[in-house]
Amino acid sequence: MSLPCLLLAEFRDPETLLDAARRVREAGFKGLDAHTPFPVEGLAEALGFRPTRIRPAMLVGGLLSGAFAYWLQWYSAVLDYPINSGGRPLHSWPVFLVPTFEATVLGATLTGIVAFLISTGLPRLHHPAFAARGFERASQDRFFLSVADPHVDAARLAALLDGLGPLSLREVRGE
Amino acid sequence: MSGSALREPPLPPGASYGELIGVVADPVLERGTGRPWRIAFAVTLLMTLGLGICIAWLFIQGVGIWGINTPVVWGFAIANFVWWLGIGHAGTLISALLLITRQHWRASINRFAEAMTLFAAVIAGLFPILHLGRPYRFYWLVPYPNTMEVWPQWRSALVWDFAAISTYIIFSLLFWYWGLIPDLATMRDRARSRAARYAYGVLSMGWRGSARHWHRHDALYRAMAALAVPLVVSVHSVVGMDFAASLMPGWQETIFPPYFVIGAMFSGFAMVVTLAILLRRGLGLEKVITPRHFDAMAKIVLAGSVAMAISYTTEWFTGWYGGERAELTHLGHLFTGAYAPIYYGMLACNVLIPQVFWLRAARRNLVTLFLVTILINIGMWLERILIIWNTLSHGHLPSMWHLFYPTFWDWATLLCSIGLFTFLFLVFVRIFPAVAMHDLNKRLYQEKEERA
Repeated sequence: MSLPCLLLAEFRDPETLLDAARRVREAGFKGLDAHTPFPVEGLAEALGFRPTRIRPAMLVGGLLSGAFAYWLQWYSAVLDYPINSGGRPLHSWPVFLVPTFEATVLGATLTGIVAFLISTGLPRLHHPAFAARGFERASQDRFFLSVADPHVDAARLAALLDGLGPLSLREVRGE
Repeated sequence: MSGSALREPPLPPGASYGELIGVVADPVLERGTGRPWRIAFAVTLLMTLGLGICIAWLFIQGVGIWGINTPVVWGFAIANFVWWLGIGHAGTLISALLLITRQHWRASINRFAEAMTLFAAVIAGLFPILHLGRPYRFYWLVPYPNTMEVWPQWRSALVWDFAAISTYIIFSLLFWYWGLIPDLATMRDRARSRAARYAYGVLSMGWRGSARHWHRHDALYRAMAALAVPLVVSVHSVVGMDFAASLMPGWQETIFPPYFVIGAMFSGFAMVVTLAILLRRGLGLEKVITPRHFDAMAKIVLAGSVAMAISYTTEWFTGWYGGERAELTHLGHLFTGAYAPIYYGMLACNVLIPQVFWLRAARRNLVTLFLVTILINIGMWLERILIIWNTLSHGHLPSMWHLFYPTFWDWATLLCSIGLFTFLFLVFVRIFPAVAMHDLNKRLYQEKEERA
């Protein structure tokens, strides 16, 4: 396949990674990502990610499942299986709210999980970045900037990162 | 936090990211189990098998093997359920509430507190099923279209219970696992054996620390935390309503839902402190779980104790002020009845003894902390059983007054459930990192930035 190579620049600390991320973005490079052991504040903005839509999805999922739970209780208690229990109204809405609330939370959570899996593409056990030497430290104490742009090669990236002192600059074959 | 907290950073100032990861991951990946762990493992494994025997005998013989009788139809099973579920509340509260309120010291304790929550909630969920006369029909609580053409009775507190607990267990599992995924990737990258690399690799779903993924992970995790707080409050409120929605003296009180939530937080935090002391010693986590963490947790336990005292007083006051005969008799029974000595013991454990945490020295002394938190959990169990005993043995009809006498199987089931909990926890600390490493390093980065 002739997909672009993946360039990985390795840094010792998050501050330098943030600087590097701002530089490559200003230079107009495409296919930007980073690999870090913990979430670095401001990195998503520096790399120019759009805000995720996980939370709106959770809201919709939660409201829908809550509405379904309420409808189910109303349908079963009023229409399908009406039982007069101590003269209470069949449509006992205050107590219907308890299962409705639980269903809302559960629905929102499950929607969030599914939205996360869809939007990240996980689970995915293989990725070109794993082939890079020393990449196992991306989950420990190293901070990697990744560029997948067909118009950028290692020399151009190295020139741009001049002065930031990346520990290494590696090229791995794309998928 | 207070001024003393600012002077004393929760993490060692000179630490590096790799060093902190080593502190957490090495006990699991590099070090052997050690003798105390193996002994505890063997003992709790036997107790877990014992629980299997208790349950098997229960299924063969029926609930008559317990000490329950006609007025006291809820015995140990329901007390154990409420107690375990209470313990199963602190993990999510610590994780969620402390995350939302930006109490960053939570990073050192949230992981194992969440595991504790999960195990305790699962054990709690067993008891209402065990206490059914026909446990194999518990699924009738699920609303599904069936050939019997019946639906659950939505006005019953037991249906709310089922909804709340099943939601809570699923939620706790997902919340715990989602927080764990990046750490499982760290374990994958540090593991030496091929089998461990594969196992952690699959469990981590191929996490590669991508900034895009972190961005979404953060959004999801925080949104879940925001959902967790009202969820936790709802779960033990619903448990409180199992009692409060009845017409029994001593149960039918509007204070029950908040009183149960506070009690749950109180006993759960006490259990977190107990486990933190054992873990810190067992895994050598002195660097990440510091006296400052114990200090902060002891303050929360103290606040819980004061809130419990207010709850008890409110109960007594409303019982007396309401002036209803059954309530007054119930109140008299609390202080002078057959169970009065246990009641005084409970007050000592839950209200009196935790007051030592007003002293800074007591909050930082691990021996004191360990003993007091164990006593709190004994006190909280006594509270749960007394709520059942005192009301049911002394209801509206004097001719029906009967005491509850526990049998061997009551005690065996309770003790073996503690064995199962400990067993699960021992397995957990040998397989998973007991502290959230990515949270810890994020905190370290923030501290470095603040100093810079």
